[in-house]
Amino acid sequence: MTPQALVPYMIFIPLSAAFLIPPFGKKFKKAGDIISCAASACVTALGIYLASSVALSKVLVHKPYGWQAPFGVALVVDGLSGLFLVAMNIVALVVAVYSIGYLNTYTDRWKFSSLFMLLVAGINGVLISGDIFTLYIFLEIAAISGYFLVAFGIAPDGLEAAFKYAVMGALASVFVLLGIALIYAHTSTLSIAGISSAISVGQQTDVLKFAAVLLLTAFSLKAALVPFHAWLPYAYSSAPAPISAMLAGVSTKVLGVYTIMRLFFVMFGPSPQISVILITLGVLSMVVASIMAFVQVDIKRLFAYSSISQIGYVALGLGIGTPLAVFGALFHLLNHSAFKPLLFLASGAITRLTGTRNMGKIRGVMKDSPVTGTATLVGSLSICGVPPFGGFWSKLIIILACIQAGRPVLAFTAVAVSMLTLAYYFRSLTQVIFGKPLTHGKREGAVTMSMGIAMITLVVISASMAVLLLPNTGNAVIKEAVSVILNGKSYAAMVAGVLK
Amino acid sequence: MTVYFLCFVLFSIGLFAVVRKRNLIKIIIGIGIMAYAVNLFLILIGYCKEGRAPVLSSDQGIINMVDPIPQAMVLVSIVLGLVLTLFLVAVAIRIYEKYGTFDITKINRLKG
Repeated sequence: MTPQALVPYMIFIPLSAAFLIPPFGKKFKKAGDIISCAASACVTALGIYLASSVALSKVLVHKPYGWQAPFGVALVVDGLSGLFLVAMNIVALVVAVYSIGYLNTYTDRWKFSSLFMLLVAGINGVLISGDIFTLYIFLEIAAISGYFLVAFGIAPDGLEAAFKYAVMGALASVFVLLGIALIYAHTSTLSIAGISSAISVGQQTDVLKFAAVLLLTAFSLKAALVPFHAWLPYAYSSAPAPISAMLAGVSTKVLGVYTIMRLFFVMFGPSPQISVILITLGVLSMVVASIMAFVQVDIKRLFAYSSISQIGYVALGLGIGTPLAVFGALFHLLNHSAFKPLLFLASGAITRLTGTRNMGKIRGVMKDSPVTGTATLVGSLSICGVPPFGGFWSKLIIILACIQAGRPVLAFTAVAVSMLTLAYYFRSLTQVIFGKPLTHGKREGAVTMSMGIAMITLVVISASMAVLLLPNTGNAVIKEAVSVILNGKSYAAMVAGVLK
Repeated sequence: MTVYFLCFVLFSIGLFAVVRKRNLIKIIIGIGIMAYAVNLFLILIGYCKEGRAPVLSSDQGIINMVDPIPQAMVLVSIVLGLVLTLFLVAVAIRIYEKYGTFDITKINRLKG
């Protein structure tokens, strides 16, 4: 089969897995885990194959049932979505493996696996859809299965968090739909390529500007940039650990940041106003969230706030918009989707070891469970920007890009926030990792083998992210994604060229 | 023009309910109102005066048809809205069981 014909399987495999799990899951205890891990592995392999074919042919377009443009719903994989497909599906696979061991205390686990596969299907759908309404549908699938998963434990705090998350998410969805309606009314088409060629840069009418504001608000809500971040600490801290990892590493990235890249850089085309807004939101997120992180006592809330602050770096890089800055933003995003899931998975293991999330009551994880301790240590060092790890290089690139673009104040802010990050991680986690174990009693079998394997995989990935910077490895892949963002308007021509 | 304005008023009422009301059920109703306002807006986009159903047959030209795409979009959006409402109501019932209240200001076990 040609690569084009394989594109819809990115959605089809996880979706059919989601509906295969319920009939088998009730009878066989392991069926849910086996099917979800197998489907994740298949999708990951397929994602890597598609990304490697994109490297050769620039863009893959799948037209279901042979409908030609402007009719039909095209599925498009280009450099940007190829990069995301690989990174996000690897994280999803690791989380699927982790949840085998983590969920053995939960009842009705097949429901979890089924919802998890729906989430993966939604994420992949957002990444490959070539028109904004399909994107909206898959965004909703991913978001709604995310709400269900946050409430999965049915503990009071989980329900409260899920309600808040769902109300915020529903607001965002309504804004997206209204924005899509306005764009459709203006351009009479829904395909991203069609809209992109119908709108010429600099001649945007008031209707389009209003639609752009609605969409930017909605996606900032999904990405949890600072004025819109209220739901995130609740959802991340109350969800089961694999879901916190999935939300932090995949959902906010794809539903928030990827959609901003796709719609504002490719569809609308970059504009100075959007840059200013993104820089403002980014700097606000970086500063406010790191200050909030200082006062946290709950380990998952600490990671949640630092997650907001790191997304701020990505938004800052995108806002500056020079090739180097966009490269830094994408690289930081990849790093963050490696080490933040790692930290959340480790926090799940810590919670199971000690029975608490309060950092004042957790000591000496390294002695209790070396794997968990190493995972927390590597994740923290990477997020703080300690040299051999990826986090250092991506922050360095963003800071250099600020200076290169003649924005020394922004560079200074980025450095200062980096220091703040180092400070609050050092303050909060030193005792947690290295301290003298308290007598809370070591729990045997708390960290199972699948959890260990998942964490070690992510430790290796986080530690070796810097390899991607070397030429002839991942560098070309990221550069391809950067060129998609920077030459947004050529997307229409590329897709149309294939569509004919 | 008046219709669009009324549509916007409906949207604002829903937004007001979501932002200002303290009862969980009223918030859910607010989300429903917003979703319906957007659906109505989509239908209005596709509507043309004295239009007819968009069914193409050999003896009819493509004139005076309403736009079918917004109608398809509204169908999808109604289904998604149903799932969301279902989820929110289910969670609200569970919250009532655990906290004994629908008042959002009293449901604040999570802080900071």
